[in-house]
Amino acid sequence: MNRFKDRDMQVIIGWILRAGVTISMLIVFIGGVIFVYRHGQSIPDYRKFKGVPYFIHNTSGVINGVLNFKGQAIIQFGIMLLIATPILRVAFSAIGFILEKDYLYTALTIVVLLIILASMLSGQAG
Amino acid sequence: MSVIVFTAILLLGSYFAGLLGSLTGLGGGFIIIPLLTLLLKVDIHYAIGASLVSVIATSSGSAAAYVKEGITNIRLGMFLEIATTAGAFTGAILAIYVPTQFIAILFGLILVFSAIMSLKPKAEHIIHKETYLSKKLKLGGSYPMNDEVVEYSVTNIAGGFFMMAFAGIISGLLGIGSGALKVVAMDGMMRIPFKVSTTTSNFMIGVTAAASAVVYFQRGYIHPGLAMPVVIGVLLGAVSGSKILVNTSSSTWLRWVFAVVVTLLSIQMIYNGIEGKI
Repeated sequence: MNRFKDRDMQVIIGWILRAGVTISMLIVFIGGVIFVYRHGQSIPDYRKFKGVPYFIHNTSGVINGVLNFKGQAIIQFGIMLLIATPILRVAFSAIGFILEKDYLYTALTIVVLLIILASMLSGQAG
Repeated sequence: MSVIVFTAILLLGSYFAGLLGSLTGLGGGFIIIPLLTLLLKVDIHYAIGASLVSVIATSSGSAAAYVKEGITNIRLGMFLEIATTAGAFTGAILAIYVPTQFIAILFGLILVFSAIMSLKPKAEHIIHKETYLSKKLKLGGSYPMNDEVVEYSVTNIAGGFFMMAFAGIISGLLGIGSGALKVVAMDGMMRIPFKVSTTTSNFMIGVTAAASAVVYFQRGYIHPGLAMPVVIGVLLGAVSGSKILVNTSSSTWLRWVFAVVVTLLSIQMIYNGIEGKI
């Protein structure tokens, strides 16, 4: 059996990044078309910070909106996938380092994942 | 201004921002944030959110291509990502408490610095002496160039690590890739060959931006109506930019034009920040 090498990791990482960007951008585009088609004539106001519309203010709201073909919810879902893409890349690197039996780098990669997790939880707390 | 006109303007503006950002290597965020805040009067938090999303898209897209060529040093990137993600997390938390005026001024200053950095000629340096830490962390590497394999090593790891943490804070606070600061750390301090530092820095930008984007997203800074045209426009612009072959003489010319534009924008940002108009 061939040992898992750095070269394999590079190919798979490249693939994850490409697929993640392509899929999420397609979703954002579809959501954008629906949004502009339905709300093209309304007047947006981004001068004052008011957060996002209430129906997409959390994950379950976004999922619900996607199921109801709401343009802004679909865009938001695509953006969630886009943000997840590099994080997924890191998670995969951790698996790759385990397969390479490089435990030092497995640990370092897990530290990066923990920092991102902490960041995620801190956003939820506020 | 209706949604359809607003979206069209943003798409076009973001396309050119992505194109210029890719041709000069500074990234699209530098034009997006002034475009949104100065021209379209968008709140700076929304502008940062939209820019951050476009940073993730362009860096992940181009990293996919670079990684396959085998120049990106994945171990080095992974190690330094500890510093950049911790910094980005800190920056995103700071962004909540720091007054928007100060953010605008800081943005202007970083903008000027990056423009100057992009004009500086790049000196290539390859070192071979292995330090204890570099050996322990397996940070050295090699990359292919004209059928040859170039070996290199890394120095001043602690200094580079702290500089990276600072780059992460700036990225999280301002919603930009802060590639110029990463180059200072990797080229200037750690003495990494230019080809490796550019691709590895680009590789890290996506994760760094994602670490602060998770905070921005939950706080409602990422508005779909703004992020949609910005991310599509910047990405398409960056893709076109990578297809255009720029010869060295016109690249120097382009850098100067960009530096002048960026300096004018940053003066505007700083002025508006001081006046409290942002």
